[in-house]
Amino acid sequence: MTGQRLLFDCLLLALPAWALMAGTGCSRKSVAAAAPAPAYGSAIVESSGGTQIGAAGSALGQPVVVQVNDDQNNAVTGAAVSFKGPGGVVFDPPNGITDSSGQFSTVVTLGGMAGRYEIVATTITKAQKPVAVKIEEIALDYQRRLGQILDDKYCSRCHNPESTPERVSNYDNLEVKPHPFTEGETLNKLSDADLTGIISHGGPALNKSPLMPPYGYTLSRTEIQALIAYIRMVSDPPYQAPGMVYAQK
Amino acid sequence: MQSSNLGSESLWKKLFGEPIRAFGIVSALLLVLLAIAPAKNYFSEWRHYQNGYLRLIRTRGDAITLQRHFQPGIQQIWNPELGVTDRCMSCHVGLKEASLTDVSQQPYRKHPVIPHATDQFGCVMCHRGQGAATTIEEAHSSTRAWEQPILPARYTESGCGQCHRAELESTPQLNQGRALLARYGCVQCHTIKLSDGGVMQAAQDAPSLSHIADKTTREWIFAWLKDPQSYAVSAAMPNFKLKDEDIRDISAFLIANSSPIPGDTLPAFNQKATPDPTAGASLYGESFCASCHAVQNAAGNLVGGNVGPELTRIGSKAKPEWLRAWVRNPRIYDAKTEMPHYRFTDQQVATMEGFLLAKSDSDFLANVHLEPATPEQVTHGKSLVMEYGCASCHEMAGIKKPENFAPELTRVGSKSVSQLIFLPGIPHRMPDYIASKIRQPRAFASGLKMPQYTFTTSQIDALTTALLAQNDRAQTVPPSLTVPAPPRSHYRPAGKAGQIMSDLACFSCHSINGRGGDMAPDLTWEGSSVQRKWLDEFFRNPGTLRPALIRRMPKFNLSNEDIATLSDYIMTVYQNPDIDRDSMPESGYSPTLVEQGKQLFYSKYACQSCHIVNVKADKGYVGPTLTSIGSRLTGAWIYHWLKNPQALRPGTVEPNRNLSDDEARQLTAFLMMQKGTIKKEAGKQ
Repeated sequence: MTGQRLLFDCLLLALPAWALMAGTGCSRKSVAAAAPAPAYGSAIVESSGGTQIGAAGSALGQPVVVQVNDDQNNAVTGAAVSFKGPGGVVFDPPNGITDSSGQFSTVVTLGGMAGRYEIVATTITKAQKPVAVKIEEIALDYQRRLGQILDDKYCSRCHNPESTPERVSNYDNLEVKPHPFTEGETLNKLSDADLTGIISHGGPALNKSPLMPPYGYTLSRTEIQALIAYIRMVSDPPYQAPGMVYAQK
Repeated sequence: MQSSNLGSESLWKKLFGEPIRAFGIVSALLLVLLAIAPAKNYFSEWRHYQNGYLRLIRTRGDAITLQRHFQPGIQQIWNPELGVTDRCMSCHVGLKEASLTDVSQQPYRKHPVIPHATDQFGCVMCHRGQGAATTIEEAHSSTRAWEQPILPARYTESGCGQCHRAELESTPQLNQGRALLARYGCVQCHTIKLSDGGVMQAAQDAPSLSHIADKTTREWIFAWLKDPQSYAVSAAMPNFKLKDEDIRDISAFLIANSSPIPGDTLPAFNQKATPDPTAGASLYGESFCASCHAVQNAAGNLVGGNVGPELTRIGSKAKPEWLRAWVRNPRIYDAKTEMPHYRFTDQQVATMEGFLLAKSDSDFLANVHLEPATPEQVTHGKSLVMEYGCASCHEMAGIKKPENFAPELTRVGSKSVSQLIFLPGIPHRMPDYIASKIRQPRAFASGLKMPQYTFTTSQIDALTTALLAQNDRAQTVPPSLTVPAPPRSHYRPAGKAGQIMSDLACFSCHSINGRGGDMAPDLTWEGSSVQRKWLDEFFRNPGTLRPALIRRMPKFNLSNEDIATLSDYIMTVYQNPDIDRDSMPESGYSPTLVEQGKQLFYSKYACQSCHIVNVKADKGYVGPTLTSIGSRLTGAWIYHWLKNPQALRPGTVEPNRNLSDDEARQLTAFLMMQKGTIKKEAGKQ
C-alpha cells in the first residue's frame, strides 16, 4: 500500500518537472545540480569593505569581502554566500562560493539616494539554517560629498587620527584631542548652530580649545553647511535630527 | 448569414427605430464620450500621487505649512532659454520641502541640496528623461519618440559638465573622466569640440618614434606592442590586440624608419656603468626620481609619481648608451621632455646608469626571437602603422598625423540610440553603450581598430560621465550660462633664466602665471615672498619645509652663475604688485611687538596646532615648519599672507583669521625673529 502511494507521489512530482524541462527545452539545470557537494560553515564574518563612504549611485572603491568560518573558526572553502541589500543596491556578483581562503568578495554599487545602506551577506549552515552578517555602507549626495572633499582638505589632517605615509595625521601632536567626525556620542549632542559656530569662529566660540582655528573667513556659508551635513552623515551612532519644536501652551 | 443580418437589423430598429429613443441613446453615448476626458484626468497617475502626498503630510507636525505649499494640478518649470519644460513636480510634490528629510518614499523625497535652484534649471538638465511627460512610463523610460531615459545616479555629474567647462571642486568624477580623456590620448583620435569653439586637448604627446632605434631594440618594441601592461602596469598605451606577424612587421618598420639623433653634442664620457645598488638607490632617492617615476615593489604596488614613465623594467628596454645620454641631458633626445636636466657628475651618471640597467626583467624578452626584417615586412609594417593611426599619438618621421581618424565625439551623449549596435545583454541606453564600448571596444564587430584599455569600473564610470556631458545641450546652452575653462596659459619666462628654467623643467612641478604642474608650490609671487639669500642657498642645497612630505625639490648641481641668473630673474619678475617688499623690515622689531606677537601665536590663535616654531615644544606639522621663517620670507609677504592667505595663493588650507592690522604686524614681528640657523636646517635633511 505505502509502496503504491510512494510511486504515485513520485509520479506526481516527476510529471511537472518533466513538463518544465520539456517546456523550456533546457537541460542545463540538471547539470548544475550535479556540481560537487558544497561546503558548509557555521558563521560568516566581514573581512573588509564595511563602512565605506561613496557617492550615491556609484560603485564603492573597495570590494566588500566576507569570510565563512566553521565551528573551530577555520575558513571554509566552497561555501555558498549571497548578498542582499535595499532597493537600488547592485552586487557584482550577488552570490557565489568562497575561495581557497574562505573568502568571497563582491563590488557593491550603492543606490541613488544618500543615506546608510545595510547590506546582508548570508551563508547556509549544514543544518540548512541561514546565518548572516550585516554590513553598513554610506552613500553621499552632492552636498555631503562636497563636505567630504572639504573635510579631506581642511579638517582630516587633525580630526582623523589615522596616519598614512602619504598623509601624516596631526592628531597625536595636539594637546587637546579633536573629535573624529565619526564620534557620534559627542558630536550628536551639538546642534547645527553649535557646529556652525565652532567652524566659523573656532574652538573658543564654544569655550573650547583655540587649537581649533576659525574658518568663517575661509569657507563660505554653503561650504560650512555641506561640512556639517557630511559630519552628520558619518557619525556613529547615526545622528537623529531634532523633531519640530512647538511653543508650549 | 442572412439571419445575423436580420438580427442586427432588428437591433438597429430596436435602438433607433423611434426618434425619441434614438435621441436618448445618442445623448447617452455622447455623455459617455464627453466623460472620457475628465475621467482620464481624474484617474491620472499624477493625481494619484498628489492624493498620496496629501495623505502622507496629513499626520506630520508641520501639516499646515506643507498643505499651504501644496498646489494641486500639473506643475511645470518652463525655461525657454534652455528648452526646458519639466512637469516632474506634478508627482515629485515634496521636492522643495526642507522638512521632508526623513521621507524616503518616492516620489515624495526632498531633493538633496545642490548649488542650483530647481526652478531655474529644471530637472532634465541633470537627470534627463522626458520632462513634459505626465506619466511615469513616459517620463522615466525611453519610448520610440523619446530616447533619453532617466540617467542612472552614477552619471549625474555629466549634467554639470554641460555648462561647466572649468573644473569644479565638487565634481570629482567628471574631473577624473575629463583628465582620463586627455591622459589616455582618447582625444588624439576622437575630436571633441567644445561649445566655446575650442577642442579638448591631450595632456601630453606620446613619445616620438622618429629616433626609437637609438633608445631601444626591436625585440622590446615587439614585446611592448604585444602587451604594454606586461612591461609597465601603469602604461597609458592601450593593447591593440595585434597578430604576431603584424607586430613583427610594425617593429621592423619602426626600426627601419628611425634615424639617429643628429649632432651628438655631449662631451666624451669615459666612465663605465657601475652596478652599485646601494649608491644607486641613494642617488635615486636623493634626486627624488620617485616624485615622477613609479617602480613596482615586491608586493606588486606601484610606488612613485606618474609624471614620467614607470621604471620597473627599464633595464629591459633602454639601450645603455641611450640611457647614459638621457641621464646626462634628456633634452638632446627630446627637446620638449618634462624631465629636468640634472647636471649629474660623470660618476653620478655611471651610478645611475648602472642602477637603472639593473632594473630589468629577464622573462620579459625571453620569448621574443626575431629574424632580420625583410623589405616586404617593413612595407607591410608601414601600412599597418597607417591603418591603426599610430601617428595620431606618436610623432613619426615621414608619416603625418591623420585627421578625423575616429568618429567625432562632440555630441556623443545625445547620439540616437537606434543608430547604435548593442552587445547582447547590454540595456539599450546611451550610458550603457558608452561604458561597454570603453570596456570591450573590439567586441562590437570584427576589424575594429579601437584598442583595449585596462580601465577600472570607476574609471569607466568617470569616462562615461565626461562623454555624456558632450551632448546637444552642451553645444546649445546660451553662452551666458556656461562657465568656460580658464584659457590655457602659454607663459614662458624670457632670456637666459627662461632657458635655464626650461632646461630644469621647472614647470613639470611648479606653476607660474597659470602654467605648470601642481606638485610643488606656485612661484608666481616668489620674488615678493622670499629673501634673496635664502633663495640662493636653496638652489645650492634644497631642503624641505615640510618634513612629512615625501616629494621634495631635487638638487640640480647648478653653477653659481646659473643660480645668480635664476635668483635675479625670480626676485625681479615674480613680484606681486600689491606687496611692497620694503614695507616691513627684515629685523629690528621692538621686543614688545615681538612679545605681543608671541602671545597671539601661542594663546589667541594657537598657531602651534599646525606649525612648529620651537622644535622642542611645538609639534604641529600640517603647515610648513617656521623655525627659520625669518631668514626665508620677507616681512611684507608674511604680513599680507596673515591678512588674507587665499588672496596670495587661492585654495591654500591656511585659514583666514581676519586679523587686524596691528595683530598682523605683531605676528609678523614675532615670525621675522625666527631666524633659525640655515646650517642646522641643512644638516637635518
